Amino acid sequence: MSTMLSTRPPEDDRRPGELNLRELLRWVWRQVTSMRTALILLLLLALAAVPGSIIPQSGVDSLKTSNWQADHPKLTPVYERLGLFSVYDSAWFSAIYILLMLSLVGCIVPRTFVYLRGIRAKPPVTPRNLTRLPDHASYQTSDDVDVVLEGARLVLRKRRYRLTVEDDAVSAERGYLREVGNLVFHLSVLIVLVGFAMGGLFGYKGGVILVTGNGFSNNLTQYDDFDPGSLFSADDLEPFSFTVNDFTADWLTEGPRAGMARAFNAQLSYQESPGSPSKDYDLRVNHPLTIGDTEVFLIGHGYAPIITIRDGDGDKVYSGPTIFLPTDQTFQSIGVVKAPNADPTQIGLEGEFYPTVAFSKHTGSYFSAFGNAVDPLVSMLVYTGDLGMDTGAPQSVYNLDKSKTTMLTKKNGAPYRIDLRKGDTVKLPNGLGTVSFDGLDTWTKIQISQTPGKWIALTGVVLALLGLLGSLFIRPRRVWVRARREGDGTLVEVAALDRSGGGDVAVVVDELVRALQGPSQPEPEDKS
Amino acid sequence: MTDAAWESLSNQAVAACGLVYFLALLAHLVEWSSLRKVPVSVGAASTQSADIPGGIAVTTGPDGDDDSAAIRRTEIFGRLGYLLTCLAVAVQFVGLFSRGMAADPDRVPWGNMYEFTLAGTFVVAFLYVVLYRRFRLAWMAPIVVAFVLTILMVAVIWLYAPVAPLTEALGSYWLVIHVVSAIIATGAFTLGGITSALYLVKARATARDSDGPGRVTGYVARLPKLEVLDRVAYRLHAFGFPVWTFAVLITGPIWAHQAWSSYWNWDPKEVWAFITWVVYAAYLHARTTAGWKGRNAAILALVGVATLWFNFIGINYFSTTSQHSYAGGAPAPISADRLGVGVEANPLG
Ligand code: HEM
Repeated sequence: MSTMLSTRPPEDDRRPGELNLRELLRWVWRQVTSMRTALILLLLLALAAVPGSIIPQSGVDSLKTSNWQADHPKLTPVYERLGLFSVYDSAWFSAIYILLMLSLVGCIVPRTFVYLRGIRAKPPVTPRNLTRLPDHASYQTSDDVDVVLEGARLVLRKRRYRLTVEDDAVSAERGYLREVGNLVFHLSVLIVLVGFAMGGLFGYKGGVILVTGNGFSNNLTQYDDFDPGSLFSADDLEPFSFTVNDFTADWLTEGPRAGMARAFNAQLSYQESPGSPSKDYDLRVNHPLTIGDTEVFLIGHGYAPIITIRDGDGDKVYSGPTIFLPTDQTFQSIGVVKAPNADPTQIGLEGEFYPTVAFSKHTGSYFSAFGNAVDPLVSMLVYTGDLGMDTGAPQSVYNLDKSKTTMLTKKNGAPYRIDLRKGDTVKLPNGLGTVSFDGLDTWTKIQISQTPGKWIALTGVVLALLGLLGSLFIRPRRVWVRARREGDGTLVEVAALDRSGGGDVAVVVDELVRALQGPSQPEPEDKS
Repeated sequence: MTDAAWESLSNQAVAACGLVYFLALLAHLVEWSSLRKVPVSVGAASTQSADIPGGIAVTTGPDGDDDSAAIRRTEIFGRLGYLLTCLAVAVQFVGLFSRGMAADPDRVPWGNMYEFTLAGTFVVAFLYVVLYRRFRLAWMAPIVVAFVLTILMVAVIWLYAPVAPLTEALGSYWLVIHVVSAIIATGAFTLGGITSALYLVKARATARDSDGPGRVTGYVARLPKLEVLDRVAYRLHAFGFPVWTFAVLITGPIWAHQAWSSYWNWDPKEVWAFITWVVYAAYLHARTTAGWKGRNAAILALVGVATLWFNFIGINYFSTTSQHSYAGGAPAPISADRLGVGVEANPLG
């Protein structure tokens, strides 16, 4: 074309090498959908996932994350800006997988059309020179050309090849479904992503700690912690309720795991909605209770000593099971008690609970010898003054605001510590009142979650796996058999080509030659 | 049999199989060292001698007796090594099985890193033994046996832990399926990684050799042709990848959902399993992408194996948030660190 050959500058005043917008877009699209880009994006995705496994993630373990942040005040703001505490929702991580998905769509859609067009196509014409192909064989036979080709047709059809018969050759192809498998696999990746995203957007996860005997009804105010997806609406909470009637665990007393518990069982009675009949369920680890679209899990347990405080006037200012949080395998636990209404002064207690108390001469302090409550003891320090509960600011039940309090001390200045076994009562000094440890309850931590889209995601991965199996194990193959008169016999040439690059077609050629020759023929003579 | 008897049977079996692997390794070393005396003819390494399935390529040289004696010796020792490996695999199975029987209640033998490593090496060796004929893996023998022996030694010396019952969250049949498939995939990927490593070694040696033929000698010369190595590596990975997909993206999430209420938690173990998956997806892509075929694909396969074994052993030392607490003593089945410490509401007034 003359315009292309001319040395005249192009009509518009673009400099050479400059693209207009459309060309630029097309160029970008071609880059994005190239196999090489997909490959690099995959590697980037793998790389981008690494930091989240090393830096604590607030969505995975918020406590550990805040501890880490407290330990690294310099790095924290930088990391925060980079989204390193929630890598998997960060803009840059999302950018990579969104690009990958774009690339995937751009790659797969055109391929689907190519495939659909190709699905009815006849196997290609037999190449002129079969011996040029890397895997081929030939042999001489006394049969006629027609007989040989007819035999080839039968043999290949039995092996489910698609055939084209030419004058002197048979061209055959099989393994069309491999491409389908590949397309199914890649499309399923998108399905999985949709299911996964639905769970993240519309689902929620919440937890509540319940003292045995207490009940829960499913509305927002009852949760201790609640983590909704960004499109979750409180209307999606199903109106069920349940009560934890009992909690049991088997404590191992011998063997290398002695001291551990197993067979945790929380006996629930539940109602699917306010009017419906009450049912029972044994809630165990790995055996969640499903109510409608919501699932209820048992994920933790601990002790709640029943503690009573009477103030200086003898009034009961605090009484009830108090949740202590376990700090280790022995269920040594920490907790606080607050009595803001006590007279003459507010009383706060903070300390440890030992289910089976023991004393270490080495450290000079108590420890818990066993997680089961064989010999429980509560050991607490006493704080008096303003517990800071009138300010209106929310306070954690597991934390004592000690800023405006004083700790009780003994005459010698050592902290005044109250140690209570079950049934004990101690009198606090200075006419403050008494504290008693009346009994022991257990509590369970129940996790409640809705994960919409989980069936979509599961269907997606299962489809992906099926597609993958097709894509990896269906061998797309082309086979040609040509027969030609030569001298007083017939020269038969057989060649095969594997289109996936993973197959060993030399074996296919061997097998085919043997089948074509029938049982009593000599070995092929020219084999490479 | 009592649990204690099962446990000591297991320990003895593991020690015995280590010894037998060692003998197998010696046999293969003798095999390969006597092969040094036999010339490698051009292209010999690609055609396998027919009478030893999977046998190493040898040519009967023109110079007669010397060679044929050496050849006979290599054949005998090669076969001996293979048979010893089979025996060791069988003994290792006894060790694994009795480990499971030693626990009360009886259980699957992968409650901790020691058992997991025992099971992983067993699968590597078992797959090698089973695929030996089909993929003609004789050339892989010394490496596989040395690898299994080394890892087994690491397991016995550093990872050993007495038999203990599984913690609650691990007692799910989904977990059994999950771990079985993860271990099988690990075995296949490990063999695939070994093959890819040898591909790279051979590719380098061949490239260096291009200025003068005949300089590639010894073990490398007798490795199959590059195309064959590439194909075997591909097949091992193509076997491992769907199994890994099944383990990591199907059964793992199903179990996680049962145990922890959400099927994907971005827990470090999960993250690394995902990374491994993505790297192997990249490997499969690389094999069909111009410019990435061959060398780069093989490098990706090695990266894949590195992420796999890092996840298996290393990640436990980097991160403690993993709920897959195989390592480091007794995991809490339902543990305190997942409690909502610092909640605002006060249910008890
Ligand atoms: C989420 C990202 C992706 C994953 C996990 C993935 C995974 C895979 C896997 C495992 C295979 C191997 C199947 C086989 O060897 O037959 C494969 C093949 C293929 N992928 Fe992807 N892929 C992804 C994205 C893409 C993208 C973005 C493209 C477009 C450029 C693409 C194009 C292809 C093609 C053309 C093949 C066939 C190669 C062949 O014929 O063997 N993939 N993919």
